[in-house]
Amino acid sequence: MKQLLILSGKGGTGKTTLAGAFIKLAKAKAYADCDVDAPNLHLVMEQSVAPKRTDYYGLPKAVINTDQCLQCDLCRQNCRFEAINVNHEYKVDYYSCEGCGVCEIICPENAISLKPAVAGELVLYADETVFSTARLKMGSGTSGMLVTEVKKQMNLVAKDAELAIIDGSPGIGCPVIASLSGVDMVLIVAEPSISGISDMERIIKTAEQFQTRVAVCINKYDTNLVNTEKIESFCKKINLPVAGRIPFDSNAVKAINSALSIIDIDCTSGRAAREVFAKTVEFLFSKS
Amino acid sequence: MKIAVLSGKGGTGKTLVSVNLAVAAKEAVYIDCDVEEPNGHLFFEPKPIGSEQIVIKIPVVDEKLCNGCRKCVEFCKFNALAYINNKLIVFDEVCHSCGGCMLFCPEKALAEKEKMIGEVQYGVSENVTVVTGILNIGEASGIPIIKNLLNYAKGEQAITFIDCPPGSACIVMESIKDADYCILVAEPTFF
Ligand code: SF4
Ligand code: SF4
Ligand code: SF4
Ligand code: SF4
Repeated sequence: MKQLLILSGKGGTGKTTLAGAFIKLAKAKAYADCDVDAPNLHLVMEQSVAPKRTDYYGLPKAVINTDQCLQCDLCRQNCRFEAINVNHEYKVDYYSCEGCGVCEIICPENAISLKPAVAGELVLYADETVFSTARLKMGSGTSGMLVTEVKKQMNLVAKDAELAIIDGSPGIGCPVIASLSGVDMVLIVAEPSISGISDMERIIKTAEQFQTRVAVCINKYDTNLVNTEKIESFCKKINLPVAGRIPFDSNAVKAINSALSIIDIDCTSGRAAREVFAKTVEFLFSKS
Repeated sequence: MKIAVLSGKGGTGKTLVSVNLAVAAKEAVYIDCDVEEPNGHLFFEPKPIGSEQIVIKIPVVDEKLCNGCRKCVEFCKFNALAYINNKLIVFDEVCHSCGGCMLFCPEKALAEKEKMIGEVQYGVSENVTVVTGILNIGEASGIPIIKNLLNYAKGEQAITFIDCPPGSACIVMESIKDADYCILVAEPTFF
């Protein structure tokens, strides 16, 4: 299976819109939404089957049994995450606790135990096509681990799919790093704004650490032609292929708001997306 | 007063809103907590005043003392340690710096070294103090940087605007912990 990951560094560049178009164009048998913090792909990809939902357990959380606690303060002194507070009695702050387990072992009274905690939900739609997605509970950590689960879930059911398309999450932190492992190519959706360019450079460096192949496309390129050219010459300088330009298109917003993909209607962005798709597939299946 | 500017998804104009609010205020501190993609400074182009390196603690093993009992490997909840070919290996990128392995090694074979994960830069742009956190490429968590950034918030006369990372994960919770108000920037799309 070849895996194509779509990333953007900065949010709101049209990553999901493009991922949706790609999935339809490729008639992909497998796809996944790794933006577990704000999953949106299910909104553009209509599903005919009911999903299978499974609770996702992140790291456990410490709980103090106050009846056993003798208030020796050892746990609070040793918790590196400032997750233990004293207010009459010792208590663990659910959001700050990272489940490292130090307090459990350090407590001389055995008053602390680690309890499993649901950190989100894995969702799997499977008929002829497989769609794997998830939603992280608000304020949870371990999004990287959930991303790994989303990909695992997809790979398990869709072993024979030729191409899998993965919608990534914004940023360069743990969920992005987790989504990068094992993919064949990354397509970066860049935007010709000042912040778009600096974000693109950071995401390229992150992807390079994984020695993954990278291609770039520019969305809303006509909103700033000078910056679009800057992006293209930057890519040329470091030998990154550019898969094309997509214009700003008010029809794209209309398509999204009526739950359609930009390739479902006749519009300029849809046509450009087809070209970007053809180029990307060419890069993906070419050798070297 | 501290005001955090948030949005569920990226690209809604969170930075645009917080940058302009800071400019509109008489005296303001602008803190960019979007350490993975810090962009606010691009608009302010602040005159730099100083910077601070942010370090975390990572265990190092003294091979002469380690007897290979693997207690540390069993303890580490983040799978940051492995004992392979008679050697203890630390995977820096996944270590959460909890300090547990060092505390519980029966041979006292583990110590800690500092590892730089990013930087906090501060400067001024007219009436605004601009504080930016930058996470190094390849690092998983910016939370230690955000903790440091929030020390720059000012309570009294000045208003502090906190430009948060997108989403609602742990890193956002950390950014809004001490905020008095939150402004949510939404977009009229189906997303
Ligand atoms: S498990 Fe770790 S993070 Fe949680 S309260 Fe205990 S020491 Fe702190
Ligand atoms: S270490 Fe145990 S006994 Fe001591 S304060 Fe913490 S919970 Fe209580
Ligand atoms: S706990 Fe200490 S002695 Fe045992 S394997 Fe780890 S470092 Fe070595
Ligand atoms: S400090 Fe904590 S997370 Fe890091 S290696 Fe030791 S036990 Fe694992």
